[in-house]
Amino acid sequence: MKDFILPDRDFGTPAAKSKTMVSLVIDGFEVTVPEGTSIMRAAAEIGIQVPKLCATDSIDAFGSCRLCLVEIEGRNGTPASCTTPVAPGLKVTTQNAKLAKLRKGVMELYISDHPLDCLTCSANGDCELQDMAGAVGLRDVRYEAVENHFQPRQNGEANPLYIPKDNSNPYFSYDPAKCIVCSRCVRACEEVQGTFALTISGRGFDSRVSAGLKSDTFLTSDCVSCGACVQACPTGTLQEKSVIELGTPQREVITTCAYCGVGCQFKAEMRGDELVRMTPYKHGKANRGHSCVKGRFAYGYASHSDRILSPMIRDSINDPWKEVSWAEAMEFAANRMKGIIDTHGRHSVGVITSSRCTNEETYLVQKLTRAVFRNNNTDTCARVCHSPTGYGLGQTFGTSAGTQDFDSVEHADVIMVIGANPHSGHPVFASRMKKRLRKGAKLIVIDPRRTETVQGAHYKAAHHLALTPGTNVAVVSALAHVIVTEGLFDEDFIRNRCDWDEFQAYAEFISQPQFSPEAVQLLTGVKAEEVRGAARLYAKGGNGAIYYGLGVTEHSQGSTTVIGIANLAMLTGNVGRPGVGVNPLRGQNNVQGSCDMGSFPHELPGYRHVKGEAVRDIYREVWGVEIDNEPGLRIPNMLDAAVEGTFKGLYCQGEDILQSDPDTKHVAAGLAAMDCVIVHDLFLNETANYAHVFFPGSTFLEKDGTFTNAERRINRVRKVMAPRQGYADWEVTQMFANAMGAEWGYTHPAQIMEEIALTTPSFAGVTYEKLETMGSIQWPCNEKSPEGTPLMHVDGFVRGKGRFINTEYVATDERTGPRFPLLLTTGRILSQYNVGAQTRRTANVVWHDQDILEIHPHDAEQRGIKEGDWVKLASRSGETALRATITDRVNPGVVYTTFHHPDTQANVVTTDFSDWATNCPEYKVTAVQVALSNGPTEWQEEYNAQAAKSRRIAAE
Amino acid sequence: MSHDTETLSPHAKLVTMANQIAKFMESKPHKEGLEGLSNHINDFWEPRMRRHLFELLDAGGQGLRPLVIEAASLIRRPAA
Ligand code: SF4
Ligand code: SF4
Ligand code: SF4
Ligand code: FES
Repeated sequence: MKDFILPDRDFGTPAAKSKTMVSLVIDGFEVTVPEGTSIMRAAAEIGIQVPKLCATDSIDAFGSCRLCLVEIEGRNGTPASCTTPVAPGLKVTTQNAKLAKLRKGVMELYISDHPLDCLTCSANGDCELQDMAGAVGLRDVRYEAVENHFQPRQNGEANPLYIPKDNSNPYFSYDPAKCIVCSRCVRACEEVQGTFALTISGRGFDSRVSAGLKSDTFLTSDCVSCGACVQACPTGTLQEKSVIELGTPQREVITTCAYCGVGCQFKAEMRGDELVRMTPYKHGKANRGHSCVKGRFAYGYASHSDRILSPMIRDSINDPWKEVSWAEAMEFAANRMKGIIDTHGRHSVGVITSSRCTNEETYLVQKLTRAVFRNNNTDTCARVCHSPTGYGLGQTFGTSAGTQDFDSVEHADVIMVIGANPHSGHPVFASRMKKRLRKGAKLIVIDPRRTETVQGAHYKAAHHLALTPGTNVAVVSALAHVIVTEGLFDEDFIRNRCDWDEFQAYAEFISQPQFSPEAVQLLTGVKAEEVRGAARLYAKGGNGAIYYGLGVTEHSQGSTTVIGIANLAMLTGNVGRPGVGVNPLRGQNNVQGSCDMGSFPHELPGYRHVKGEAVRDIYREVWGVEIDNEPGLRIPNMLDAAVEGTFKGLYCQGEDILQSDPDTKHVAAGLAAMDCVIVHDLFLNETANYAHVFFPGSTFLEKDGTFTNAERRINRVRKVMAPRQGYADWEVTQMFANAMGAEWGYTHPAQIMEEIALTTPSFAGVTYEKLETMGSIQWPCNEKSPEGTPLMHVDGFVRGKGRFINTEYVATDERTGPRFPLLLTTGRILSQYNVGAQTRRTANVVWHDQDILEIHPHDAEQRGIKEGDWVKLASRSGETALRATITDRVNPGVVYTTFHHPDTQANVVTTDFSDWATNCPEYKVTAVQVALSNGPTEWQEEYNAQAAKSRRIAAE
Repeated sequence: MSHDTETLSPHAKLVTMANQIAKFMESKPHKEGLEGLSNHINDFWEPRMRRHLFELLDAGGQGLRPLVIEAASLIRRPAA
């Protein structure tokens, strides 16, 4: 195990961005720093730590504690070094008798109003107040404060200044007695997180930190539990409960969050083999020291009692599970799979790779089907989320990935968010975006629902196009129509970078009157003027950046919308420099990676179609087998083939298709028709109800590997503890492959990466050594760009000329009618993740313990529905019941829910319509009816009974 | 449009899928659309799916949009 002790010093104030350099002398040493740097930071650059309390380098200096005083030759007084910028030729003294005396005085004041129970304080050894007392040489406190705020009782009476601990947040506690009112927490919540949940109330000696209103606790306030304030707090006032319980950590390992596609890096702080806390890593290039509640706190599922630690098998899905040894499980699984292949041929089996597992693991799973089963039947859950991204961007730009890094948002002037709610789905990116919005960038949101992203503290979208679900293409085309017909396009860019003839054909197409905002107004429900305003702003407002999510892709025209988005960026020249671009916000942590690694049935790693002979040759050479030249089955096709009887065996790693895929009943029927379903996961998930073999999985804390985030950034995942069930997931896949006759001999994921680099041009330059030194790499990384590629398409598109493609709006077949008059759209919330298998097994449930249906007051009234009522949600596919909440976040005619809880089974309701190009399911539009009900439906009860029966494990 | 069928039969599903692709390709110049459609099916449809599609086409292609029927000769017939 390797520990990473990179210098992680606190420089006191943020880095200045100026290109102009300034030289000065501090304590006799010369130092040169960018203009705008504070004296404190300049000193820190040369290793001189000026004592400080209220400054930290994640937030702007505030200058309240007066501990960081310095003397400057020729200037009066003792300015605070955190708020005083450098100037050419300054001569600064940071330490002399006078400064020492002043500092001691400041410290004395602080300490006199602070409990002196350091020995038993949970922050002992991890407290800046303690450090500073030492640093300034404080030896005694000459006076006792008449009034203090830390004693519950004073002079025999209750102390009115004393505020008891607030333990309402499940992950951290707030102990006002220890607070020194430095306001670092308040500023972190504002500047870093952008929530503005904390305030300082009162003045002077009486001033206190509070979350929300006086009557609020952290839990009832606006706090989203991102942990930024805890990170910023110099004392034990705001502290992780895990530290209070387990003690301060001893060592740290840098790793990557396994939740969403932002790919935040963390320090896993350990005591022995126990994880004490996860803190965001300052040098993580995706998160720059920030985190959200999931990555920071919600890792408890790793040690949850539901985790299965022993392999299990059973003959039939009606039997209880039998725990067996790994060897026995492998033999059983391999015999069944071999039997199926012998009887039904090599095309009757396949695999599903996971967007939650590492690149190396995914690579092995697709290799299993291609090299051992000898077919291309591999697919991944990315099918159900971002496959249209691959298709749409591949067709227009030539590569299936986002164009920018996250830093790019700092240079955007107009940010267009389409079908995504970063506030909930990609919170750390949202914080970075909001920071930019508070500095004046403009926001356009295209979403049926008034999401949390539309409006927040100190910003509001300039345009919110609240379209009718299913009309994305009409809206995106209308935007393009305005840009073309009003002459807002960037002719130079188009002439240089795109095919001019194709542009002209496209311009003629999109200029037709039926695409105008006025013509589609009734259909989309968006006022023409709003569309025109948004188009003008995006085209002419400076750097325009588009971020989009599942609200774009999960539609029957998902690929067309992605193409439409790419058209918009090309029309306006918003490609190829910082601050612009087209950026898919990936759902799960390794969606990008699982696509890169050849999880799709038609392409080998690196997006190379299996029909290409040259590509197949590469793998024939390395793997020693002939690669099938026909595309394989996608998940929905596998299920269809299973129902039909030609697909019989499946190895499913780290995915829960029964819960995550649409039309649950069809998925269940497909799974039930198979002879061998192998589920490889942490928990007995819903899919496992139909499995014959269960391989227990390992968590991201228990293995080495890499994840690739939405910026194409390859981040290292590092093993911080031994796998609880014995093996990392890549080892399990290898054991199974070997039981099937493969002779794989990988001993470390680094070797798998070597093979990936050897066979995949865009990964040619990636090695674990390089990842160690660079921290992370954005692909393509090869001879041409050995350090990776932060921005794509800078001088030309990957495919050469950018290609405009016509985007005809085709109404989805899913339409409302008298039986199903409402449109259901789905989404997610901040504290839960995907199907919730992990987050439901953490304290995050305090924020979301069930899925809830949002319905407009008008629709609710018509149906006699009141807040909190049980309602039945029915579509042509099925029905489910859940509780309703009444809100005008949704328009009349639209209802909304999340799909985090298996009890709700929202996907019983979704249909099997899908994207025309990729079969990505149409989650985002389903015609439904809503009516009052008394509780769970029959299906939910039957389902739960079946699930309970299926989860039985036979006693020894 | 009514949705009385619970889930579509395999053939009906392929008709829907092929027609969806056709609708996208119809907005292109005719020849490009034909090639686009056949390439798409060749590249993404597993032989089993193409076999079912040919069963439909061979039986006259009922329910399929004209572009699909016209593209048939460009679609790779899977080995039996
Ligand atoms: S809670 Fe911590 S960070 Fe906030 S004012 Fe008090 S001591 Fe400073
Ligand atoms: S946890 Fe985050 S949101 Fe909550 S108060 Fe602290 S900084 Fe603000
Ligand atoms: S934003 Fe995403 S990657 Fe970052 S901590 Fe939260 S869940 Fe993890
Ligand atoms: S650190 Fe400079 S005034 Fe507090």
